[in-house]
Amino acid sequence: MVEQFSPGPTASDAVSVPVTTLTLDALETIRAHGAETFPDECCGALIEVGGVVTQAFKMENTTGGSAARRFRIGPDGYRLADKRAREAGGSLVGFYHSHPNEPARPSAYDLEHAWPNLTYVIISVRNGTPADITVWHLRDDRSGYDEGELKWPTGS
Amino acid sequence: MAHRVLIPTPLRAFTGQKDAVEVDGGTVGEALASLTSSYADLRKHLYADDGKLRHFVNIYVNDDDIRYLERDATALKDGDVISIVPSVAGGAPVSSPPEVYPELSNDEIQRYSRHLILPEVGIDGQRKLKAGKVLCIGAGGLGSPAALYLAAAGVGTIGLVDFDSVDASNLQRQILHSTSDVGRSKLQSAKDRLNALNPEVQVKTYEARLSSANALDLFKGYDVVLDGTDNFATRYLVNDACVLLGIPNAYGSIFRFEGQASVFATKNGPCYRCLYPEPPPPGLVPSCAEGGVLGVLPGVIGTIQATESIKLILGAGSTLVGRLLLYDAWAMRFRELKLRRDPECPVCGDHPTLKQLIDYEEFCGVKPVAAAASAAVPEITVEELKAKIDAKAPIYLLDVREPHEYQIARIPGATLIPLGQLGARYGELPPASAGKEVIVMCRSGARSAKAVTLLKEHGIEGKNLQGGVLAWSDRIDPTQPKY
Repeated sequence: MVEQFSPGPTASDAVSVPVTTLTLDALETIRAHGAETFPDECCGALIEVGGVVTQAFKMENTTGGSAARRFRIGPDGYRLADKRAREAGGSLVGFYHSHPNEPARPSAYDLEHAWPNLTYVIISVRNGTPADITVWHLRDDRSGYDEGELKWPTGS
Repeated sequence: MAHRVLIPTPLRAFTGQKDAVEVDGGTVGEALASLTSSYADLRKHLYADDGKLRHFVNIYVNDDDIRYLERDATALKDGDVISIVPSVAGGAPVSSPPEVYPELSNDEIQRYSRHLILPEVGIDGQRKLKAGKVLCIGAGGLGSPAALYLAAAGVGTIGLVDFDSVDASNLQRQILHSTSDVGRSKLQSAKDRLNALNPEVQVKTYEARLSSANALDLFKGYDVVLDGTDNFATRYLVNDACVLLGIPNAYGSIFRFEGQASVFATKNGPCYRCLYPEPPPPGLVPSCAEGGVLGVLPGVIGTIQATESIKLILGAGSTLVGRLLLYDAWAMRFRELKLRRDPECPVCGDHPTLKQLIDYEEFCGVKPVAAAASAAVPEITVEELKAKIDAKAPIYLLDVREPHEYQIARIPGATLIPLGQLGARYGELPPASAGKEVIVMCRSGARSAKAVTLLKEHGIEGKNLQGGVLAWSDRIDPTQPKY
């Protein structure tokens, strides 16, 4: 009963938060990939079909720096992901990557390298175990990220 | 000229969802200018604040990345298709940051301006150097020029390990130290000199003999270890500790007129043991103190080690990983040998057997021999010898040094037979029936101890002069120069 008096999010705020929906299969792929490459970062593409991210496409981390702190998908990788999405009858809507032993929030480096209108999923991996997973979108003026809402089917 | 530009999905929101737009221009730069004048919102996503293309924006003309053509100036022909292809990058927050480098002050920008205008170094590279940490093992012949150049270049932290004090005979090559430093600790002298050159550099000094007990603790936290040691035991120790900790080893060594340099212990690169699995038998390779060294030689090799350290910190350029550089100062010739990591190497191989530091003096066979030599050989002091000479006692003085050493300083009346010739010439010594006591000397007493052992094998009893000609000069006849 108390909740209705607290200054929670209003209905109009809630509407402005974009929702990304993952299939359980895509979610599990991201979680497993993060655990697999720990303590290095993993990365991959998000392929959406009919408004749902049906596929998390694991990609090679081609960073020239420390893979524990960085990921990179080069132009060849981007084109491969784009092709893969079209073959699946969907579209490339974004990318995921892991933050080993760090929170699932975009770093300054993420912001510096961000593309507009892409969905960025970040999974925190703590000591090899997948933890929080979040989704982010770059603001049009590049000033920062806004957190989106991430959904997947729950329950049996 | 009209061209098509293909727009990637994330940017289509700025082109009215069009996946291709028509632009004009004779070059890529003009075509992109035409694009961003039609669709102004694209600009901030394609270009950084400094007006350059963001480095995660890739521009292709047909199938070629313009980075490998003429970038913005790449000429366009009719029908060429320009594609904008994203790279996607990111990473964890940098709380323990390899990439958060300290800012440069205005004074530093002025000091390092000749680095900053090299695109290969630039501001980012100079900040990496400022964050960089190099540990020099030894503040002697190799460590001197290396540390001086590292300090001048702005490497933020320079560690020095040494336990010696400055001797006049060091000054011919150890340019960290000056005449007025003779007798001072090498570390103090080095620190003063480096901070006079560059007060911004943090000089950390470790007054210790490097050992298996302290090496890992000393090395931890350094980006590069620069090996300026003068003996095999320490060289293997430095190598193994670097491999175990994953710290690159900028290696150099010198002897007489020749030097070597390489980079060991990088990921997948060879280590010193891949090159020399076993140390040479003790005594086979003389030290610089015994064999001499051209003073300018460590200047060349030490600066090569500093060069490699700087490139390792910058993460750029081609280092000596997998290559052994050989330098002959007398012939003035450089040569290069290819090195490969040995999959069977006991420390860096595929199945390493050596997982912690060992006793390196034992490994190099120095400990037992030194102990045996001094224990088994009868000795005489310079004072006792002086008394015998003054009393005109029947003695035979044998000097086993080299002729050029004999020219520098000698004890009057000594006969010269270099150690290497003694096995063939021991017959020149007086027979036992002559009743003369044989006293053997060299520079410091090490070679003459071997000579006494050798003579004993031929049935001749001799005594080793403790401390050699150096002790004679110190305690009996200061007019004899020390070398």
